[in-house]
Amino acid sequence: MTAVHLGMPAFPASPAFPAFPDAAREAVRDDVLRANLRHATHTIRDKRARAVGELADWDRLRAAGKAVKDHTLAHLDRYLLMLEASVTAAGGTVHWAADADEANRIVTDLVLATGEREVVKVKSMATQEIGLNEALEAAGIAAYETDLAELIVQLGHDRPSHILVPAIHRNRAEIREIFTREMGSWGRPAPADLDDSPAALAEAARLHLREKFLRAKVAVSGANFMVAETGTMVVLESEGNGRMCLTLPETLISVVGIEKVVPTFRDLEVFLQTLPRSSTAERMNPYTTMWTGPGPSKGADGDGPSAFHLVLLDNGRTDTLADATGRQALRCIRCSACLNVCPVYERAGGHAYGSVYPGPIGAILSPQLRGTGSPIDATLPYASTLCGACYEVCPVAIDIPEVLLHLRERVAQGGPVTRRGIRVRLRPAHGHTAERAAMRAARRLLDHPGALRAGERLLARARRLAPRGLPGPGRAWTDTRALPAIPAESFRDWWARERGSTRERGTSPRGRGTPR
Amino acid sequence: MSSKDRILARIRRAASGPADTEIPRDYLRVHGARTPAERADLLAAHLTEYRAKVHRTDEDGLPLLLARLLTGSRTVLAPPGLPPYWLSAADATRVHDRAASTPAELDAVDSVVTGCALAIAETGTIVLDGSPDQGRRRITLIPDHHICVVRVPEQVVDSVPEALERLDPTRPLTWISGPSATSDIELDRVEGVHGPRTLEIVLLDTDAQWGPCLPMSP
Repeated sequence: MTAVHLGMPAFPASPAFPAFPDAAREAVRDDVLRANLRHATHTIRDKRARAVGELADWDRLRAAGKAVKDHTLAHLDRYLLMLEASVTAAGGTVHWAADADEANRIVTDLVLATGEREVVKVKSMATQEIGLNEALEAAGIAAYETDLAELIVQLGHDRPSHILVPAIHRNRAEIREIFTREMGSWGRPAPADLDDSPAALAEAARLHLREKFLRAKVAVSGANFMVAETGTMVVLESEGNGRMCLTLPETLISVVGIEKVVPTFRDLEVFLQTLPRSSTAERMNPYTTMWTGPGPSKGADGDGPSAFHLVLLDNGRTDTLADATGRQALRCIRCSACLNVCPVYERAGGHAYGSVYPGPIGAILSPQLRGTGSPIDATLPYASTLCGACYEVCPVAIDIPEVLLHLRERVAQGGPVTRRGIRVRLRPAHGHTAERAAMRAARRLLDHPGALRAGERLLARARRLAPRGLPGPGRAWTDTRALPAIPAESFRDWWARERGSTRERGTSPRGRGTPR
Repeated sequence: MSSKDRILARIRRAASGPADTEIPRDYLRVHGARTPAERADLLAAHLTEYRAKVHRTDEDGLPLLLARLLTGSRTVLAPPGLPPYWLSAADATRVHDRAASTPAELDAVDSVVTGCALAIAETGTIVLDGSPDQGRRRITLIPDHHICVVRVPEQVVDSVPEALERLDPTRPLTWISGPSATSDIELDRVEGVHGPRTLEIVLLDTDAQWGPCLPMSP
């Protein structure tokens, strides 16, 4: 068994992405945010339970989904090469990007080559992960998010806070405010008499975005799945903005993490049953689009884009794959079920995680993709109560608590990790020096019963002087926990007095009353 | 070294993990045994739950039903392979699905009528595969009113696994489960953000012995 430290390390906060405890402390003070989050997470989790309950074979689908992903990850090189061959045979072009910069460069060059200066985007976590919008903007290209929630986030100069509903932290009054203030500077302004009913707000977004869809020549997307044997790309969505982006433009560029590949078309039968029910709690999401290359006749009949580019993104995924315990995070199909059941997410909200991947999955994915070097990434493995609800609902059975403990151990004790393909030895985190010294002292004390007894009696006599919190580095522990009260008598003394003497008198210890 | 070689080399170094896992396929092909009539009922119930409007008729009743559903539409878009008699009673001006049509032209069309590749009862889904009676993907996307005709019983399958077995992955596939919808604002479901706001499904009874126009199940 490995030693695991459950304490919260005391890291200094950086202004860009503060450590999780600092960000969370701010978020839990926001009553509006907490009310919005509570309503959302409880609504989705109850619906999800009903949708999952409809399928008698849910556990078997879950096991199959896990096995398909594990099998694919074990042969990832083979399936990526197969995918490249299939996509190429269908008339598409495949690009490989080792990191965010390379992916951004590839996409920027592809857009510039079309001569266009505008792209429409369907919600893609991979492009958020690499900061594509900012890279395009630097090259003079405007990227328009078209998912309603992403539009709210983009217009609000905000960050997404949930995988499925990125603007869940905003209520209708805030959204109306954002639309009225910002839409005009991006395109068609919001109607002058816009009210804050969801129908009116959705209609304003429809009119604003339709202008962009109908003239867009280039689209950027992600994908939920890529089928190696056929080269088929799969996107699940609800609003139709995905279909607009995937169908109307002349050039389609999809940026997809290498872990999204599945071997066969048949494998989709598992995920098309588990993903919608886990995610939006529906039997099926309103729209799913599947395409293989730029179309059956290479777009000549006008059905879909005439050029299709697939950018395969590593950006820390192969490093994650190198970790035998942590690699299971790559099974994730981004359903967000773990967010909705997490007591920590429900109170802290998505922004506190400082990553495009919030919640329990973000707490294990981000520190693996980015390494544990920054304050936020070093504290993310501690952003959990280890209650295990996330594992229970995960449709691909990612043991998130197991990976959290594994990463805590890595942060606290250091050890071998892979960074950019190279094995390096991580040093123990600085904040843990005092904790390790305390553990060493405790070990010495426990090895010497006489000293332990003397110490315990001394403590019991001085118990009225005990402080409520610890001084120095121990504060990080007692800031969030009450220091236990020191008993008047140690257990060892109690045992010697009560049980030790009964045995001598020859009566059964079971016959006596419970200890005081 | 290219990025492709670098990524593949990293994978090969990394993936020396546990032995290969067998993929268990013991999950169900179908969730429940149904007669063709029960299957159609379930499809109708699930589509209705997602706020699609469901109608039933037979071959003889189809032109009149479509004409009624198209009341108020000035123009109707029809893919090239649509059986001509389907729209024989409709007043709306017929617009053809042409490669040269611009998105703006399609935006001016009131309604579209298509067939489908198949429909899935357990999930309330219709699947289009771009065959001649369904046309290009964009014609069922831009107009605000989509009428889709499903031949019952032969085009209705029970489950997702049964559907994938019958579909051709090389064709462009569009799966539709109810009209376009969003729940992004306080989780209130709103129909019709970008896709058609109204989705009407016509279950077309083609089995003579089954009888025409079964009443809707509750």
